[in-house]
Amino acid sequence: MSEFINKAIEYFEYPFVRYALIVGVLIALCSSILGVTLVLKRFSFIGDGLSHVAFGGMAIASVLNFTNDMPLTLLFTVIFAIVLLMSGKNAKIKGDAAIAMVSVGSLAIGYLLLNIFNTSGNLSGDVCSTLFGSTSILTLTPTEVYLCVGLSVFVVAVFILLYNRIFAVTFDEDFSKATGTNADFYNFIIAIIIAVIIVLAMNLVGSLLISALVIFPALSAMRIFKSFKSVTVFSAVLSVFCSLLGILTAVFAGTPVGSTIVAVDIVAFIICFAVGKVFGGKR
Amino acid sequence: MAQLSCKNLALGYDGKIVRDNISFEVNSGDYLCIVGENGSGKSTLMKTILGLFPPISGEIKFGDGLKDKEIGYLPQQTDIQKDFPASVNEIVLSGCISKLSFSPFYSKSEKELADYQIARLGLNSLKNRCYRELSGGQQQRVLLARALCATDKMILLDEPVSGLDPMITMEMYNLIESLNKEGTTVIMVSHDIEAALNYASHILHIGDNVFFGTKKDYLKSEFSKAFTKGIGDIQ
Repeated sequence: MSEFINKAIEYFEYPFVRYALIVGVLIALCSSILGVTLVLKRFSFIGDGLSHVAFGGMAIASVLNFTNDMPLTLLFTVIFAIVLLMSGKNAKIKGDAAIAMVSVGSLAIGYLLLNIFNTSGNLSGDVCSTLFGSTSILTLTPTEVYLCVGLSVFVVAVFILLYNRIFAVTFDEDFSKATGTNADFYNFIIAIIIAVIIVLAMNLVGSLLISALVIFPALSAMRIFKSFKSVTVFSAVLSVFCSLLGILTAVFAGTPVGSTIVAVDIVAFIICFAVGKVFGGKR
Repeated sequence: MAQLSCKNLALGYDGKIVRDNISFEVNSGDYLCIVGENGSGKSTLMKTILGLFPPISGEIKFGDGLKDKEIGYLPQQTDIQKDFPASVNEIVLSGCISKLSFSPFYSKSEKELADYQIARLGLNSLKNRCYRELSGGQQQRVLLARALCATDKMILLDEPVSGLDPMITMEMYNLIESLNKEGTTVIMVSHDIEAALNYASHILHIGDNVFFGTKKDYLKSEFSKAFTKGIGDIQ
């Protein structure tokens, strides 16, 4: 045991491990609080779709030889998030189909661009790390960490300030509109926050596994808890815990960070499912 | 002056007219039932009154102390709500959303209003229960309490008894009637013509021809005959 602790202390002396933990916890927190809203609004797959858009944005940024690809990726993802979430019920191409189209389209275009304008020697390695985030979280620069802290504070603050409105709009959009709440505006804000979270989360788990961060904690919490507030709080706590455990395991065992976190999330979901079955029932 | 008056309304969406030439008035304390067959434009009319769709032409005027966006709305259940993790208290309180203006959180007076409406509709024992675990009738009462939090001047009910069993349906109608007697104006969209004739003071029948008037006039009118299929004789 003491050997383990010594090893842990040794690891914590490396700044990249500390950065990874800070960023990991923040992303887990942000993605889980909005996950509840997204799952309930039947937008579970928007995380998947937008993460592919973010991949496309990143490909364009790297083709253009940007030193920091975050701003362009963020802009791209925000635009598509707004288009997807705002088009809503009246769109000619509806929800799931629109997400699928945008998702597959940007993935393909992104890969195509990277292939044609090959800027690095190790294309498949780059693509793999963008999609699965294999090592990017361990190579964060201080600037990226500050940016991530800033954006996370923004997301959490907006969520807390708009909590009651987000609840009302999620539960019943028509009622909120009929009593004078500008539901479209709140959907717009939700879209922007989601885009920010997804671009942040790409650093951690890569674009393919972002959906897991958004969906698993929310679904786990919904097995056990019965009010919106308790579901939101528990999913945030659970998500932070799973990410910490996942990152530490990955660092010690040398496994890929993103996949390890998702594996921990899956185990947590199974436990919550069982707990819900045993203690939940019909009361 | 009427609380709500609609003149020569043409309804529809995406520029397509679903129904036109609708005129009616609702005064404080009225109980108006909107009846008509499926597809006759009842829901569109309701959403137009609520301001969710703009009318294609004609005008909607609010008066007698009632403002736009001051109608308590009891919608039909959506799929999203069926597995929504929320407590009764949270849902009823969300009826106060329009009273927040710029504050991010509910104040004491809004929480008291929610508590009052919860008690008024006999939901005290269910206050902390999860919405998705309640029976259909209980869920409707929760949504009604939420509507009353938004306003108790006028409530608009969209098929409030659909999917409820006969006993609970009776309870629901009696509850709505008692709210009406306590001074809340009621507009109910329904295809339960029998109940409409039992409880309503006014009827708006929309279809190929539009009728608006008191229940008495409606029963006398020729074109109610086909629709009511002799129920009028019972009255």
